[in-house]
Amino acid sequence: MSRKKLSRREFVAATALSSAALITAPYVRGAYAAGKLSMGFWDHWVPGANSASTELVNEWAAKEKVEVQLDYITSQGNKNLVTIAAEAQAKSGHDIFQMPTWWPQSNAELLEPVNDIMEPLLKLNGDVNGTVKYLGQADGKWLGVPASVGSQIKGPCSRIDLMKKHAGIDVQEMYPAGSPPKADHWTLDTFLKAAEACHKAGFPFGIGLGETSDNVDTAGAIFQSFGAQLVDAKGNLTVKTDAVRQSLDFYKKLLAFLPPDVSAWDDASNNKWLVAGKGAMIMNPPSAWAVAKRDAPQVAEQCWTHGFPAGPKGRFAPYLPFFWSIWSFSKNKEAAKSLLSHLSQPASIEKMVVASGGYDLPAYEKLTTLKVWEEIGPPKGTLYHYPNPYKHQTLSIAASPAPPKIAQQIYFQATLTKMCLRYYQGESMEKTLAWAEGECEGFMRS
Amino acid sequence: MVDVAFQSNRAAAAQTGRRRVGLRNALRRKSMSAFLMTLPLILLIAVLVIYPALYSLHLATLNKAMTKFVGLGNFEFLFKRETFWLVVKQSCIFAISAVVFKALIGFIVAHFVHNVPANKQRKWRGMLLVPWVIPPAMSTLAWLWLFDPSYSAFNYTLSFFGIGPIPWTGDAMWARFSVILVNVWYGAPFFMIMYLAALKSVPEQLYEAAAIDGANWWQRIWYVTLPMMRNIIAITTLFSLIVTFANFDIVRILTAGGPLDHTHIFATWAFRVGIEGSDIPLGASVSLFMVPILAIAAIFILRDITKRGNEA
Repeated sequence: MSRKKLSRREFVAATALSSAALITAPYVRGAYAAGKLSMGFWDHWVPGANSASTELVNEWAAKEKVEVQLDYITSQGNKNLVTIAAEAQAKSGHDIFQMPTWWPQSNAELLEPVNDIMEPLLKLNGDVNGTVKYLGQADGKWLGVPASVGSQIKGPCSRIDLMKKHAGIDVQEMYPAGSPPKADHWTLDTFLKAAEACHKAGFPFGIGLGETSDNVDTAGAIFQSFGAQLVDAKGNLTVKTDAVRQSLDFYKKLLAFLPPDVSAWDDASNNKWLVAGKGAMIMNPPSAWAVAKRDAPQVAEQCWTHGFPAGPKGRFAPYLPFFWSIWSFSKNKEAAKSLLSHLSQPASIEKMVVASGGYDLPAYEKLTTLKVWEEIGPPKGTLYHYPNPYKHQTLSIAASPAPPKIAQQIYFQATLTKMCLRYYQGESMEKTLAWAEGECEGFMRS
Repeated sequence: MVDVAFQSNRAAAAQTGRRRVGLRNALRRKSMSAFLMTLPLILLIAVLVIYPALYSLHLATLNKAMTKFVGLGNFEFLFKRETFWLVVKQSCIFAISAVVFKALIGFIVAHFVHNVPANKQRKWRGMLLVPWVIPPAMSTLAWLWLFDPSYSAFNYTLSFFGIGPIPWTGDAMWARFSVILVNVWYGAPFFMIMYLAALKSVPEQLYEAAAIDGANWWQRIWYVTLPMMRNIIAITTLFSLIVTFANFDIVRILTAGGPLDHTHIFATWAFRVGIEGSDIPLGASVSLFMVPILAIAAIFILRDITKRGNEA
């Protein structure tokens, strides 16, 4: 058996030819040529709302030839927060994570700046409100793209009939569908009188004073309406001020007109209160109304979502935005940015808002007048003023403007509601303030 | 030369043979086989228990931003916090009172079940174990509905007798009572089954001898049953104390630590500070604070058991 030997010259020539062929060959794009991308999105509690996000992601993935893995992570039992903590510790996990309110700031060092996509988005969709900037930016660096999914205002949701009958307030007239609010007289004094009247009539306002988000958010907005801050933007303690004292006095008066068990309320209590038809008002996004639409239609058709009452220092409403952030350890940052840009196009945002039944709120000013809020009902127009279309109130978050890492502690330790409860239960004003000051001092540790 | 080479081969073969015999002997040794059989579990514990424990120790020594080693600085900070001492106090109240009531109820019910005729005992044992076999997160949800601030089924029932409404989770004292009650409800069956097993192992002759000596019911319990059950009572108490101190789900679901932090225990406050407040090092320090307390309890209880074992 003869065996032909390959000469050195032949070997060099063959290698050179095959290398040249490989280099000059046309690039054939495979099914997932642009790599993989994984996302941890918030699991929406409106049934079917996730499907809009899934469709948008798949549509983008097919176009960009990216293999995507989409996980919906619930906030029940704070599973999303635990996952964020675990991924931050492991420096491994999803490429994109949908983070609630304070989490972009608390993980700022581990997030990829997204200024390059935020600038064109702001030009396209309009500016964002101050709370989005406060929570989403650190040292001029955007820590995430504001997500419409999950973002919400926790303003008043009133019973039209009960407010008219017992408090003499026509909430539809005050906040008419399709036109600007006529709510100059809707102040904290009017609100307190209405609370008293509804309490006397057996339909007290359902405002909690527990330690969960809904309770803290309402207290935050009321404190801000008085100009009260526990820690200012520079990180100075400002607990012992007249504004804080006025807020506590207001809450003491209000608490007398609330259900006796509000100190034990969680985020579900106010929803149940409204759906059961027990009260004339709660502070909540339209999820309670949506449940009522399903379980108690006679209640739902009497619900009207509107603006917060104004205090001496302005009209503030609690606003809780979500952000889509990219971990700095992501292996496909460019694809992640491309997807976030796709999800933030006006058409994509509208699709997601419609799928959530108007629950989700875009952060951008040009997108607060979508048709869905005009049309949805019953009663028609019930959510018209939900997205704050006339910038009638300042969207804020409790404990702001304290530096976010301090404010997060004030928020989650529910310092504001605890102060109100302590003072209401008979503790002296100065003792309550001293306690809060001690707590805030502790939150300042670095 | 050949001889030398041959001899060296023979030496090597003998060495290999000795090694084989050594390995065989080692494998034949019971302790070695036992070690090899438990090795997978040891590895599993090392990965899932020892590593996280060491990691949490490491976390507890970092500053809030997790960029700097602060030694015991986090503990120093905690010792100055009013809320921390409230949590320490509440954890002790919660764990000690819950364990005492679980032990007491378990002991009484075990006696009842022990006196039930043998053919009916299985049914009773099964029924009484139900609270313990339901996942606590699920059963606590049912308790939450029973204690619901606005729609409590208990308050509804009590209203027929003109009592209440009781602020089960809205008042500090009632909230503490509620979380302890649920913990006792959940944990008492464990004590019951352990005590029942211990009761069954007490030799009947001892009771007969006591009866001949004229011992009454109480004397039989005090001088026969309790001394015979001492070890199992000690072990069960220690085990339950550890589990109850580290409890999370019952308090988290029922009160989330409220009102005014009056039901927070170590685990729930560690979660609040570490996960919700994004201060993981401080959260780790709070949860690690349990270790010395439990270690002291374990040393005393186990030393007592060893002492009795030696006496026997």
